[in-house]
Parts: sequence; C-alpha cells; structure tokens
Amino acid sequence: MGVNLLNNYGEAVAMVLFVIGFGNLMLQSNLIKKIIGLNIMDTAVYLFLAEKGYISGRIAPIVVDNIQDAEKYINPVPSGLVLTGIVVSVSVSALMLSLTIRLYQRYHTLDLDEISLRLKKEGL
Amino acid sequence: MSGQMEFVQNFPCFSIMLCMFAGIISSAFKEKIARMLNVAVLVLNIILSAAVLAFTVRTGEAYVYVMGRFPAPWGNELRVGMLETGLAFFFCVIMLLCLLGGRHKLVQEVEEGKQGLYYVLADLMLSSLLALIYTNDLFTAYVFVEINTISACGLIMIRQNGRTIEAAVRYMIMSLLGSGLFLVGICMLYDLTGHLLMSNIKIEITRIVAEGAYRPPLLVTIAIISVGLAIKSALFPFHAWLPDAYGYSTVSSAAILSSLVSKGYIFLLFKIIYRVIGFEVFHDSKIVNVLFIFGLMGMVFGSLSAIKENDVRRMIAFSSVAQVGYIYMGVGMGTQAGMVASVFHVISHVATKSLLFISAIGLTDVSGGSRKFIELTGSGYRNKCAGVAFSVGSLSMVGVPLFSGFISKLLFSQAAVQNTGKMLPTLIVLGISTILNAIYFMKTVIRIYTPMDDKGYPTVPWYHNKIYAAVLFCFILLNVLLGVCSQPIVNLIESGLSIFA
Repeated sequence: MGVNLLNNYGEAVAMVLFVIGFGNLMLQSNLIKKIIGLNIMDTAVYLFLAEKGYISGRIAPIVVDNIQDAEKYINPVPSGLVLTGIVVSVSVSALMLSLTIRLYQRYHTLDLDEISLRLKKEGL
Repeated sequence: MSGQMEFVQNFPCFSIMLCMFAGIISSAFKEKIARMLNVAVLVLNIILSAAVLAFTVRTGEAYVYVMGRFPAPWGNELRVGMLETGLAFFFCVIMLLCLLGGRHKLVQEVEEGKQGLYYVLADLMLSSLLALIYTNDLFTAYVFVEINTISACGLIMIRQNGRTIEAAVRYMIMSLLGSGLFLVGICMLYDLTGHLLMSNIKIEITRIVAEGAYRPPLLVTIAIISVGLAIKSALFPFHAWLPDAYGYSTVSSAAILSSLVSKGYIFLLFKIIYRVIGFEVFHDSKIVNVLFIFGLMGMVFGSLSAIKENDVRRMIAFSSVAQVGYIYMGVGMGTQAGMVASVFHVISHVATKSLLFISAIGLTDVSGGSRKFIELTGSGYRNKCAGVAFSVGSLSMVGVPLFSGFISKLLFSQAAVQNTGKMLPTLIVLGISTILNAIYFMKTVIRIYTPMDDKGYPTVPWYHNKIYAAVLFCFILLNVLLGVCSQPIVNLIESGLSIFA
C-alpha cells in the first residue's frame, strides 16, 4: 500500500488536487474562487491522465527516426483526451465568467449567497 | 449483421450531424429562418428516427455503426437498438411540442434579437441528447454531456432577469461538480481497462471481476460515475438548483429541461449500467442500495416540498424531484423488472411533465401573470383548454388509470413484489408518495375549478391560440395513448433492454 502510493505519487497528487478543486467549487461562496476551484479540478484530471499515459523511458509518439515499433512510444490516447478536455473546460470557464460578469453588473457583489438573499428580498 | 449496410443504418449519424450543423448555421440567420430551420430539423429527425425504429424492430437486433471506418478498439462508434431509436423518436416529438407550445411566451419574454439564439441552443441541445442516446464511446459521451450542460444553461438564462441568471449559475455549478466526477470516473475506467468503447470496457471488466483483481478501484469508479450522473439528473440531495431553474426560465426551457435534459443523463446511466459495467457487477457492488435509498427519500421529500410551495411552476418543479426519485428507485431495485419500470417511467414522465409545464403557462396567463395559487382560482374556466390539459397531467402524475402514470406505478409495484428484500419499503413509500402527489395536484386542480368573483381577468377561448391548443391536444393524446396501449411499449422496452448490453 505505502510503496504503491510512493510509486504512483503523481496520481496521488492529482487526486488530492481534484478534491481541493471539487471542495472549492462546492463550498466557496465567492464566484471567482468557485471558478478557480473548477479549473484546479479539471487540471487535476489532466495531470492524472498524463501520468497514466506516460511510460518511463519512452518518447513522444511522433515518428522522426523511422522507428515503427510501438514499444518505443508512450500511449498517445490520454494526450488526446487531455486536449479534448482542455477545450471543454475552457468553454465552460468562459461561460461561468460571463455569467459572473452579468451577476456583478446587477448586484455589485461576487458573493453567491448574498445575491440569493437579495433576490429573496426582491421577491421577484 | 451482414457485411452490406443498408442505407437506413446511416440515419442515427445523420440526425446528430443534422442538428449540430443546423445549430451552427442558424446562428448566422435571422430569427424567422432559424425558427423554421429548427422546426424542419425536428420534423426530419422524427421521420429519420421512425425509419430507424422500424428497421430495428424488423431485424430485432442492435447494430454498430462505425464512424469514419476505423475498426473497433480505436474508432468511434454508435450503437443502435430499439430502445435507443424509440427514445430518440420520442424525445424529438416532445421537443417539437415543447417548442411549439411555448413559442408565444418566448416572443413575450425574450428580448428582440435574441430569439434566434434560442433555436441555436435548442438545436445543439437536441444534437447532444441524440448523441448521448446513440454513442458507444465513453469519452464522446462526456463531451456531449458538457455540450448538453452549456446549452441547458443558455436555455435557462435566455430570459434575462436576476433570478434566471442566479439559477443558471447554480445549475452550472452543480452540473460541473457532476461532470467533474463523471470525467474522473471515465479516466479511472480507462486506466483499469485500457479502452474507451463501452463494449470493450465491459469485456475487460468481466475479466477483472472474474480474476478478483482491482476490487476497491472498480467500486470507487462505479460509485463516482453513479454519483456524478445522479447530481446532474437532480436526484434528491442534489436538487437545490432545480426549482429556480425550472420555475423562472421561459416555459419551453422549463419543459425541455425537466423532461428531456435530466432524462438524457439517466439514460446514459442506464447505458453505463448495462453496457459498460454490466448489470450483475453493478448489482453486486451494492451501489444500487444507495441509489435505492436516495430514490425513496427523493420521492417523499420532493413531494413534501411541492406541498409547501405556493407557486405553481415551482410546485411542478419539485414534483420532478419526486419523479426522478421513482426512476432511481427502479434502478435501485436491481432487477430487470425494475429497470423496465424505470424506462417506462422515463417515457411517462417526459410526456406528463412537459404537459404540466406547458398547460400551467396557459393558466397563469389568464390570472394576470401571477403564479400564486390564490390568483389561479377559477382559471380553469377562463382558459378551458389549459385547464383540461392540466387536470389530465395531474391525474396522470397521481396515477389514475387510463393515464400513463398509472402504468408506471403498476410496473413499479409488480417489480417490487418480485424483489423480496426491497418489497416492503418500495410499496410503503410508493403508497405515501402517491398520497402526497394526490394532495398537491388535486389541491391545484380543485383550485383552478373553484368559481371566483370577477376580478377582471380575461377569458381566453381555445381558438385564440390554435397552435397552443393543438399542442395541448397532442400531449393529452400522448398521455392517454401511453396509458391505454401500454403493452406494446412495455414489450418494446423489454426487447430493447435484452439487446441493450
């Protein structure tokens, strides 16, 4: 157990980061901090994928010296997944930030609980 | 399947592409053209899915559609059977009805110049729903889950006021938590099995389980994926975003969100249970018991919140929490009969909840736009069409025979009787929930048919808005059809589930 954890410290760090990001996204009341949490969470997943795809002693899967042997290269699929994931998380962050701007323009605060409180008072 | 492909087998791919490109093109067009394009795409999709449905029923087996001719372990695939095409057909019909029924409110509530965007979002939403239904690749499923989330968020906030923006933010936060968990679950599954295609993952998982290796990681993965999708589909403790999102957005959005979006995620969960993890493995993992308990709690607490609510739209929204609880209860029973009941309840809830939202708007319109119960008094007389439709929806939700809700409750109780361990809690909670449903829905129906002194609210005859009346008529017909001719549909679900894995 302990040795396993030490050997896979990259994955362990990724999971710790994921939990930090997840907790921030869920518990912070400041919208910007929430978005930072979201980005930490997503980046942790990419770190996890990159760790999983890397095989030590091998090179990036680009054919330069005409080496056709697959055993010489790392697994390219996780890298592809990371790229797709980055695109998704960029668009989601952009949407969240634009929503935050809208709310700030209306209520001049970034505190989501405060905004909910004011909405209740408005009684819309 | 034989090597030669029939042309009709391409249709699932066509329909996904069609919606997506329609969405992209619409953004460049004026509102009117975007609207017409949207209707055309929906009608075309209904025809395409009906053709594929007829094809799959004729052959009686599912087929795999290889995207771009890359063979199995690397390429991307769609997998099409009766259940998938049936649901795709049904979702397209409901989406068309929701958009038509809420169109007059869309014109009033969304500012000029932004209505075209609504149809862009609706097209993208449909494409992501269809992709979730058809895809056989987990990572593709994740990408379309996010597209679905973004377009749903847009549908909520297209009506701009403080409430909807706040609801959209809360919806996004909960959804992102869910999809973050889902993504990590997929990555761990990829790590465990080395595959992303659902069928290949299942082969590996069966091998891993037989060897007895990796037990804790597999358990954690199943739990993370289930919880992620449960958050996204608003299972009981994760439903805080739901009443605002459904209650204040424009009516088409509320109807689409409550009936289709959450069902897309639930269907993805069904798919993962059958096709990725395997029904037996999922059942043995005991996660089913957790889903079962939260389903039961949702059935009771969702209904209790609905009873306390003084706003008709929010009441219907809380009722959704209870109905999602029913679906998860069926999953949690861990039997084939329970799954059949759940799938039928998905269909029944889609038909009924959209009817309720669309008809409620007719009632609030003749009550000075107020959604408070006191103002709704007698509104069933002022807009007879909407009154009748709302009553039908309520009766169906309560589970009165002749309507679709009765059949799903019947199926749930039959499934419960077959499962000795969970029979008693299921039947007791089903009974309690039915009574609670009856309390708040019948309260509303009695309220709208209580005569009131004239407050000067207008009376709207049905021919005032013919499209609206026709949509309500279609919804009522659909509900009665599901309630009266349920046997063929149940048979279709059973055979669809048998070839689902």
